[in-house]
Amino acid sequence: MDNLNFDEPTRKELQTFIEREQAQSRYNSTVQNMTSMCWDKCVTGTPGNSFSRGEASCLANCVDRFLDASIFMTKTIQDQRARLQASQPETF
Amino acid sequence: MASRKEAFMNTIRNEIALSNAQELLNKTNEKCYAKCITKPGTSLSGSEETCLARCMDRYMEAFSIVSRSYQTRLARERDASA
Repeated sequence: MDNLNFDEPTRKELQTFIEREQAQSRYNSTVQNMTSMCWDKCVTGTPGNSFSRGEASCLANCVDRFLDASIFMTKTIQDQRARLQASQPETF
Repeated sequence: MASRKEAFMNTIRNEIALSNAQELLNKTNEKCYAKCITKPGTSLSGSEETCLARCMDRYMEAFSIVSRSYQTRLARERDASA
Protein backbone atom coordinates (compact mmCIF):
# COMPACT_ATOMS: atom_id res chain seq x y z
CA MET A 1 0.00 0.00 0.00
CA ASP A 2 2.97 2.30 0.68
CA ASN A 3 3.88 2.87 -2.94
CA LEU A 4 0.32 3.84 -3.86
CA ASN A 5 0.79 7.18 -2.10
CA PHE A 6 -2.55 7.43 -0.33
CA ASP A 7 -2.91 10.14 2.28
CA GLU A 8 -3.17 9.24 5.94
CA PRO A 9 -7.01 9.25 6.36
CA THR A 10 -7.38 7.19 3.19
CA ARG A 11 -4.80 4.72 4.47
CA LYS A 12 -6.74 4.33 7.70
CA GLU A 13 -9.95 3.80 5.77
CA LEU A 14 -8.33 1.20 3.53
CA GLN A 15 -6.86 -0.55 6.54
CA THR A 16 -10.36 -0.91 8.03
CA PHE A 17 -11.68 -2.02 4.67
CA ILE A 18 -9.02 -4.72 4.34
CA GLU A 19 -9.60 -5.97 7.87
CA ARG A 20 -13.31 -6.31 7.10
CA GLU A 21 -12.60 -8.14 3.87
CA GLN A 22 -10.19 -10.46 5.67
CA ALA A 23 -12.83 -11.28 8.29
CA GLN A 24 -15.31 -11.99 5.50
CA SER A 25 -12.73 -14.19 3.83
CA ARG A 26 -12.11 -16.16 7.03
CA TYR A 27 -15.86 -16.64 7.40
CA ASN A 28 -15.99 -17.92 3.83
CA SER A 29 -13.24 -20.45 4.29
CA THR A 30 -14.80 -21.72 7.53
CA VAL A 31 -18.05 -22.28 5.62
CA GLN A 32 -16.08 -23.99 2.81
CA ASN A 33 -14.43 -26.37 5.29
CA MET A 34 -17.63 -27.17 7.13
CA THR A 35 -19.49 -27.73 3.85
CA SER A 36 -16.85 -30.23 2.75
CA MET A 37 -16.89 -32.05 6.08
CA CYS A 38 -20.67 -32.08 6.44
CA TRP A 39 -21.16 -33.14 2.82
CA ASP A 40 -19.04 -36.24 3.46
CA LYS A 41 -20.96 -36.98 6.64
CA CYS A 42 -24.51 -36.28 5.49
CA VAL A 43 -24.76 -36.87 1.76
CA THR A 44 -24.16 -40.57 1.41
CA GLY A 45 -26.25 -41.57 -1.62
CA THR A 46 -26.24 -40.50 -5.27
CA PRO A 47 -27.25 -36.82 -5.47
CA GLY A 48 -30.90 -36.37 -6.40
CA ASN A 49 -33.00 -33.42 -7.54
CA SER A 50 -33.28 -32.20 -3.97
CA PHE A 51 -31.98 -33.14 -0.55
CA SER A 52 -34.03 -35.60 1.44
CA ARG A 53 -35.41 -34.26 4.71
CA GLY A 54 -32.81 -36.30 6.57
CA GLU A 55 -29.90 -34.94 4.52
CA ALA A 56 -31.00 -31.33 4.90
CA SER A 57 -31.41 -31.58 8.68
CA CYS A 58 -28.15 -33.52 8.98
CA LEU A 59 -26.33 -30.66 7.20
CA ALA A 60 -27.85 -28.04 9.48
CA ASN A 61 -27.18 -30.09 12.65
CA CYS A 62 -23.66 -30.88 11.46
CA VAL A 63 -22.61 -27.24 11.81
CA ASP A 64 -24.01 -26.84 15.31
CA ARG A 65 -22.63 -30.16 16.56
CA PHE A 66 -19.20 -29.43 15.09
CA LEU A 67 -19.10 -26.15 17.00
CA ASP A 68 -20.45 -27.81 20.17
CA ALA A 69 -17.79 -30.51 19.89
CA SER A 70 -15.06 -27.94 19.44
CA ILE A 71 -16.28 -25.90 22.44
CA PHE A 72 -16.58 -29.09 24.52
CA MET A 73 -13.03 -30.20 23.74
CA THR A 74 -11.59 -26.76 24.40
CA LYS A 75 -13.35 -26.72 27.77
CA THR A 76 -12.12 -30.24 28.58
CA ILE A 77 -8.54 -29.24 27.93
CA GLN A 78 -8.93 -26.10 30.03
CA ASP A 79 -10.39 -28.16 32.90
CA GLN A 80 -7.55 -30.66 32.73
CA ARG A 81 -5.03 -27.86 32.78
CA ALA A 82 -6.76 -26.25 35.75
CA ARG A 83 -6.75 -29.57 37.65
CA LEU A 84 -3.09 -30.07 36.88
CA GLN A 85 -2.27 -26.57 38.05
CA ALA A 86 -4.23 -27.13 41.29
CA SER A 87 -2.36 -30.37 42.02
CA GLN A 88 1.12 -29.02 41.24
CA PRO A 89 1.00 -25.34 42.16
CA GLU A 90 4.78 -25.03 42.57
CA THR A 91 5.57 -25.91 38.95
CA PHE A 92 3.44 -23.09 37.52
CA MET B 1 -7.77 10.25 -5.09
CA ALA B 2 -11.32 8.98 -4.53
CA SER B 3 -11.35 7.09 -7.79
CA ARG B 4 -7.94 5.56 -7.12
CA LYS B 5 -9.21 4.45 -3.73
CA GLU B 6 -12.33 2.95 -5.31
CA ALA B 7 -10.20 1.16 -7.89
CA PHE B 8 -8.00 -0.26 -5.15
CA MET B 9 -11.02 -1.47 -3.16
CA ASN B 10 -12.63 -2.99 -6.22
CA THR B 11 -9.45 -4.87 -7.07
CA ILE B 12 -9.35 -6.35 -3.57
CA ARG B 13 -13.07 -7.22 -3.67
CA ASN B 14 -12.75 -8.87 -7.07
CA GLU B 15 -9.72 -10.89 -6.09
CA ILE B 16 -11.41 -12.19 -2.97
CA ALA B 17 -14.63 -13.01 -4.83
CA LEU B 18 -12.65 -14.81 -7.51
CA SER B 19 -10.67 -16.85 -5.02
CA ASN B 20 -13.85 -17.80 -3.12
CA ALA B 21 -15.53 -18.90 -6.34
CA GLN B 22 -12.46 -20.89 -7.36
CA GLU B 23 -12.29 -22.62 -4.01
CA LEU B 24 -15.96 -23.58 -4.20
CA LEU B 25 -15.54 -24.82 -7.77
CA ASN B 26 -12.49 -26.90 -6.87
CA LYS B 27 -14.29 -28.48 -3.94
CA THR B 28 -17.38 -29.16 -6.05
CA ASN B 29 -15.23 -30.85 -8.71
CA GLU B 30 -13.50 -33.00 -6.14
CA LYS B 31 -16.68 -34.05 -4.30
CA CYS B 32 -18.78 -34.67 -7.40
CA TYR B 33 -16.06 -36.54 -9.23
CA ALA B 34 -15.73 -38.82 -6.22
CA LYS B 35 -19.48 -39.35 -6.09
CA CYS B 36 -20.39 -39.64 -9.75
CA ILE B 37 -17.39 -41.11 -11.56
CA THR B 38 -16.84 -44.32 -9.66
CA LYS B 39 -15.20 -46.18 -12.55
CA PRO B 40 -13.73 -43.86 -15.20
CA GLY B 41 -14.52 -45.13 -18.72
CA THR B 42 -13.37 -43.90 -22.13
CA SER B 43 -15.84 -40.98 -22.00
CA LEU B 44 -18.42 -39.49 -19.64
CA SER B 45 -21.69 -41.37 -19.86
CA GLY B 46 -25.07 -39.68 -19.91
CA SER B 47 -25.86 -40.88 -16.44
CA GLU B 48 -22.53 -39.60 -15.14
CA GLU B 49 -23.31 -36.18 -16.60
CA THR B 50 -26.75 -36.19 -15.01
CA CYS B 51 -25.17 -37.14 -11.69
CA LEU B 52 -22.55 -34.36 -12.00
CA ALA B 53 -25.17 -31.72 -12.80
CA ARG B 54 -27.34 -32.71 -9.83
CA CYS B 55 -24.34 -33.04 -7.56
CA MET B 56 -23.19 -29.49 -8.39
CA ASP B 57 -26.61 -28.12 -7.51
CA ARG B 58 -26.68 -30.08 -4.26
CA TYR B 59 -23.15 -28.99 -3.30
CA MET B 60 -24.08 -25.32 -3.76
CA GLU B 61 -27.24 -25.96 -1.76
CA ALA B 62 -25.21 -27.63 0.99
CA PHE B 63 -22.93 -24.57 1.03
CA SER B 64 -25.88 -22.27 1.57
CA ILE B 65 -27.44 -24.51 4.27
CA VAL B 66 -24.12 -24.60 6.13
CA SER B 67 -23.63 -20.85 5.74
CA ARG B 68 -27.15 -20.17 7.06
CA SER B 69 -26.72 -22.46 10.11
CA TYR B 70 -23.34 -20.94 10.87
CA GLN B 71 -24.76 -17.42 10.68
CA THR B 72 -27.66 -18.38 12.97
CA ARG B 73 -25.21 -19.89 15.44
CA LEU B 74 -22.91 -16.87 15.38
CA ALA B 75 -25.87 -14.59 16.03
CA ARG B 76 -26.98 -16.78 18.95
CA GLU B 77 -23.47 -16.79 20.48
CA ARG B 78 -23.31 -13.01 20.11
CA ASP B 79 -26.67 -12.60 21.87
CA ALA B 80 -25.59 -14.97 24.65
CA SER B 81 -22.38 -13.06 25.33
CA ALA B 82 -23.98 -9.61 24.99
